Amino acid sequence: MWKTVLRRILIMIPQLIILSILVFFLAKMMPGDPFSGLIGPNTDPKQLEALKRQAGLYDPVPVQYAHWLKNLFKGDLGISYIQHVPVTSLIADRAVNTFWLALITTIITYCVAIPLGVTAGRHQDEWQDQAVQIFNYITFAVPPFVFYILGIWLFGFTLGWFPISGSVSPNASGFFGTIGSQIYHIILPACLVALISTTSIVQYLRTGIVDNKVEDYVRTAHSKGVPDNVVFSKHILRNSLLPIASSFGSVIAGLLSGSMIVESVFSYPGMGKLFLDSIGQRDYSTLTALILIFGVLTLLGNLLSDIIMSIVDPRIRIK
Amino acid sequence: MEKQSDLLLDIQHLHTAYRLQGKFYDAADDINITLKRDEILSVVGESGCGKSTIAASIIGLYDHKNTKVTGDILYNELNLVGLNENLFNKIRGNKIGMIFQDPLASLNPLMRVGDQVAETLYYHTDMNEKERHARVIELFNQVGMPKPEETYAMYPFELSGGLRQRIVIAMAIACKPEVIIADEPTTALDVTIQAQILDLLEDIQKQSHSGIILITHDLGVVAETADQVAVMYAGQVVEKADVKTIFEHPLHPYTRSLLNSMPQSEDEEEDLHVIHGTVPSLKNMPREGDRFAARIPWIPASAHEKEPVMHEIDPGHWVRCTCWKTFHFEDDEASGE
Repeated sequence: MWKTVLRRILIMIPQLIILSILVFFLAKMMPGDPFSGLIGPNTDPKQLEALKRQAGLYDPVPVQYAHWLKNLFKGDLGISYIQHVPVTSLIADRAVNTFWLALITTIITYCVAIPLGVTAGRHQDEWQDQAVQIFNYITFAVPPFVFYILGIWLFGFTLGWFPISGSVSPNASGFFGTIGSQIYHIILPACLVALISTTSIVQYLRTGIVDNKVEDYVRTAHSKGVPDNVVFSKHILRNSLLPIASSFGSVIAGLLSGSMIVESVFSYPGMGKLFLDSIGQRDYSTLTALILIFGVLTLLGNLLSDIIMSIVDPRIRIK
Repeated sequence: MEKQSDLLLDIQHLHTAYRLQGKFYDAADDINITLKRDEILSVVGESGCGKSTIAASIIGLYDHKNTKVTGDILYNELNLVGLNENLFNKIRGNKIGMIFQDPLASLNPLMRVGDQVAETLYYHTDMNEKERHARVIELFNQVGMPKPEETYAMYPFELSGGLRQRIVIAMAIACKPEVIIADEPTTALDVTIQAQILDLLEDIQKQSHSGIILITHDLGVVAETADQVAVMYAGQVVEKADVKTIFEHPLHPYTRSLLNSMPQSEDEEEDLHVIHGTVPSLKNMPREGDRFAARIPWIPASAHEKEPVMHEIDPGHWVRCTCWKTFHFEDDEASGE
């Protein structure tokens, strides 16, 4: 198994190189430059030129890339043109927030999706299954932001159970007070995101159970006199969890990098919101760094999926 | 006279009906067969004749919502029809072992094969983990697995078809069952492996004095292994006898047609006999008159009984309908005229 993992990690190196080149050129191709927003009627064009030159914008592109890559290895992603702080520290704060949001969302997602999928699969075509299917169709068909806005209106505004923006209350003090306040701020957006991310997991699990139920090896297990509920948990469910285990990595990567909408709607200071803000402000350096991070997260997610697969499914281990 | 205890399974008036579009249709229609200790009973017939239905009914593995089983399946005077699931689970794998057709599909792809065999022991014996492991190794030796210790930790995909079937057999015999049901155990295997597996089944039967129900469509398998034969057509048993009688004095037109369509190495020139038509589907199965009549249209309707029943022609030799008395093959008629 370790060979599989090692091989899989080696495959990631060229992927990372290609990713870095793509990200660099994508960023270069975006219209505008960091000084666009600073030009006023009184700006001296010569001074602007000098600033651009100083920022390295007139260097040959490969030189710019090499320069960027070198700084990257030093952990220096540049300085935000807009906020004038190192991008690394700017992202670090937001990354922690996004991490907590993603973690809690993931926990809620799996805690909801697995029982729902099991219920639907076990009671295939009965009312329990139909109820889950209806729930699934709705969460799949309705755009996520509709849920977020409805959620804010109902639980935040009307009922007043949860805060509707930010990541921590300004009045929170002390270690536990702060943590508590953070979790309190995360619960509503996490539940709403989980509502949507359960859909595919429920569907995978239901299909897996329905398909596995009629497999010959399940009949074999019955023929050995294994009790029904054990046949279900040990044979059917375990084998149906494979696709879910394999999608775990990409689900996490997706939650870490794809929370833009929920973070915007909730004004939650995470990486997703930073990403959208950076686009609006043409904050090159931040944007490039974020795209790179999202790309790396996706690759890591896939790596995690493959490693999980090689642990749970003996058939795909490379010999 | 046989002792009562020699009778392992006594199946009487078994009807197994499947629901198709709201209506139940008998796939096994009034089956009466018995299985004795030290006996291999072969149930033979084309696909769709209800052979596997009988196996599923005996071991109680069918879709309970869409299947209706009536009649009696007596195992040592315990009726298995309608038996409580918890009690049934004490019998399945313990007293009645089952071997399936496709050894790859019938093993869990994600479980070590040794654990799959040990699972049977877990539910039917008081052995601890070590004893179970030892017993699995013993079983692997018994079914002729090379390198039993290494095999224990292997997964089904790492084994060849023949070895997989040996695992399935080890699983079925783990608790020394009195009855073994083998549903087409060699169909998915190479011809050379088939013979090995059949030999293995015979050995096991001799050692354990169990009774085996061998379901097959391969008359070669029947000739090689069976003691008693029940020929099935369209959900009914049409002829029952010991294996010698079936091959030497077959009576029912279906049995004779089947035997005639078997390749015989002596006559290389001769074309193989082809039985007209196909087995009717469950929905279109004739419920009145001789069910095989449609496939021997040159035999006049008057030759068949209105409600064909089993007749005991010789002691132990049962044939359905009276049409066997006047039956002849179509080509014979042509040459005769």
